[in-house]
Amino acid sequence: MSTTNAGLRESLAAAAAGGAGASAPLRLTYREACKQALRDALRADPRTFVMGEDVGKYGGCYGVTKGLLDEFGPERIVDTPLAENGFTGVGIGAAVAGLRPIVEIMTCNFSLLALDQIVNSATKLAHMSGGQFAVPLVIRMATGGGRQLAAQHSHSLEGWFAHIPGLKVLVPATVEDARFMLAAALADPNPVLIFEHIVLYNTEGDLDPGITAVDIERAKLRRPGRDVSLVTYGNSLPKCLAAADQLAADGIDAEVIDLRVLRPLDMATVVASLRRTRRVVIVDEGWKSGSISAEIAARLAEDSLYELDAPIRRVCSREVPVPYAAHLEEAALPRVDDIVAAARALQPRKA
Amino acid sequence: MPALGADMATGKVVEWLVKSGDHVKRGDVVAVVETHKGAIDVECFLAGIIEPVAPLGAELPVGAVLAHVHGDRESETAAAMPPPPAPTARSAQTLAAMMTAPAVAAASRTEAPVTPPGAAARARVSPAARRRAAESRIDPDTLAGSGGDGAVILVDVEAAIAARAASPRTTRGGFDPVLMRQAIATAMSRSKREIPHYYLAETVPMRRALDWLRETNLERPVTERLLPAVLLIKAVALALREFPELNGWLENDAFRASPAAHVGVAISLRGGGLVAPALHDVTDKPLARLMRELADLVRRSRTGGLRSSELTAPSVTVTNLGDQGVQAVWGVIYPPQVALVGFGGIADRPWVDDGAIVPMPIVTATLAADHRASDGHRGALFLARLRDLLQHPDTL
Repeated sequence: MSTTNAGLRESLAAAAAGGAGASAPLRLTYREACKQALRDALRADPRTFVMGEDVGKYGGCYGVTKGLLDEFGPERIVDTPLAENGFTGVGIGAAVAGLRPIVEIMTCNFSLLALDQIVNSATKLAHMSGGQFAVPLVIRMATGGGRQLAAQHSHSLEGWFAHIPGLKVLVPATVEDARFMLAAALADPNPVLIFEHIVLYNTEGDLDPGITAVDIERAKLRRPGRDVSLVTYGNSLPKCLAAADQLAADGIDAEVIDLRVLRPLDMATVVASLRRTRRVVIVDEGWKSGSISAEIAARLAEDSLYELDAPIRRVCSREVPVPYAAHLEEAALPRVDDIVAAARALQPRKA
Repeated sequence: MPALGADMATGKVVEWLVKSGDHVKRGDVVAVVETHKGAIDVECFLAGIIEPVAPLGAELPVGAVLAHVHGDRESETAAAMPPPPAPTARSAQTLAAMMTAPAVAAASRTEAPVTPPGAAARARVSPAARRRAAESRIDPDTLAGSGGDGAVILVDVEAAIAARAASPRTTRGGFDPVLMRQAIATAMSRSKREIPHYYLAETVPMRRALDWLRETNLERPVTERLLPAVLLIKAVALALREFPELNGWLENDAFRASPAAHVGVAISLRGGGLVAPALHDVTDKPLARLMRELADLVRRSRTGGLRSSELTAPSVTVTNLGDQGVQAVWGVIYPPQVALVGFGGIADRPWVDDGAIVPMPIVTATLAADHRASDGHRGALFLARLRDLLQHPDTL
């Protein structure tokens, strides 16, 4: 995969024009934010290309890449066969060879077919070559449930990948992070996974025109509070914010921490929050057993036990394959009511 | 800071009796520590050159270093008190609260949860509250919990700190009756919660003992006259030689027999409360010496000057409520001990002797014992042995 000199000049010109003339809309969808991020990246660096199933002519299974084929052409928006192991491997090879591939895996459920490429190749080449080969690969995946896509398209496997040294695992939950995390990921010399939640694609949010970049290192305080810390990420963030509103009506002041990055975990921000509230509920759409929520709970217990004024609680998905039926799916995933109940149970009894 | 009883959490050094560089030997009294039991003389259990480090007047937790002793072999060792009955897991149990009537009453008023032996659940205290309580020298187990699950949480500790600040205690070297009451309540509640007591009683004829006492006292100077109490204590110690399962400590589900009979004597204090410091090695001491030591112990219990080893040593407790005229006392064992022997008053009662009713001075001896360490059969044999020993006072 390479770009011609003509293509390069064209891309640079387009990037210059776009950068100078376009002013970002103040309010946009998460999907649109993802697309703008891709467009930015494609314009900014001719080494960048997008590859995946249905990303070209179809415009992406979730519509994120719609229009990009027309704009950037088939050499940079590449439709692949249904072969995750193969095209992820192609991405690794392209990254090693000097390009900046953005591989889209339709849903993280399908990433299992590419686990060997991701875990055994992408994360280890730098290590096993003594630093001779970097793998500046970005893989975007859809994750999560809530849209009745049933048991093979609805799971949250980001916690699994957070187990693997050598990976960065990003979980943008806001329009701002969807818009700007990709650039930071591409700037990283190592493989970075971005998990975009399927329910978030249709949500809208405001973009501060003054912000043009985000870090991919720190968790972020999304709502300050004094009585309990809700620690979460992804689509559980809006649920936690809704829960915090309900709790506020009861006089319980909940703080909401958006992890943003599951590997490496920014425990400093979590612990700082715990020091304020002394109580923590971890909300994770993954299954509870062996989850990222388990990791966070373990680290708090190991390092911050004496900050706790109540047991650590978790709200996670039920340990079943995500059901298809809407009411069962809703019951299987973390619910706002579950979060409210967990947070409320940690509060002191009223005198 | 030695734990002078299973329920002591903190103490305050009010006087150093040695200065830096002094030579000390095992058993020397080196400092006076104020506790809720009053001022206690703390003994050193190491030999060497001492270097006091604990500041006067500071409230220190049990286990805090009071002084360093530079010995010949060990270059630097914290002057540790041996914990004969090592304080058990619950920091709150304490009080040299040995029992007798007030403690019995205190315990019976406590609604202790029914817990299987050895499985006493640790009180729910949040980690943050536990840390704050330790910093503030507050026993979190004495606080009511307002956590969602009933746990003691930070606000409870903060409230206790505020309450303490609002009403500073003025103990001035004496014991604090409120603290002592709390400590007795804690120790006795634990006893009733954890120890499966069984109780036995035996009526002991005292004619021979009283006759012998009268005769021997005629031959003694007034200052050396013996009281019945000392006979009873000695008889208990001698009887225990054959019943090691009643003389020792049960901790962490393991019983440890005491190598000697260190008899804790319950002594009630003016102003309420009680302590039960030990008479050491009762078995081997003649009655006259025991009498002197008992009188000294009572005096020091009430005026101050108990030694640390006297509070930690008891391997069994004797309570004697005869002076109050009650017939019998059913004791509450002071954990981690496993037995308490109680004596009521000595009084003339009708007695059947060889088919005839005769007046007889009798005393009711009772045994409260820990069923985890011994069984009623052995307890009964112990009381029978005690009864028999008291029929031969000249051998005591």
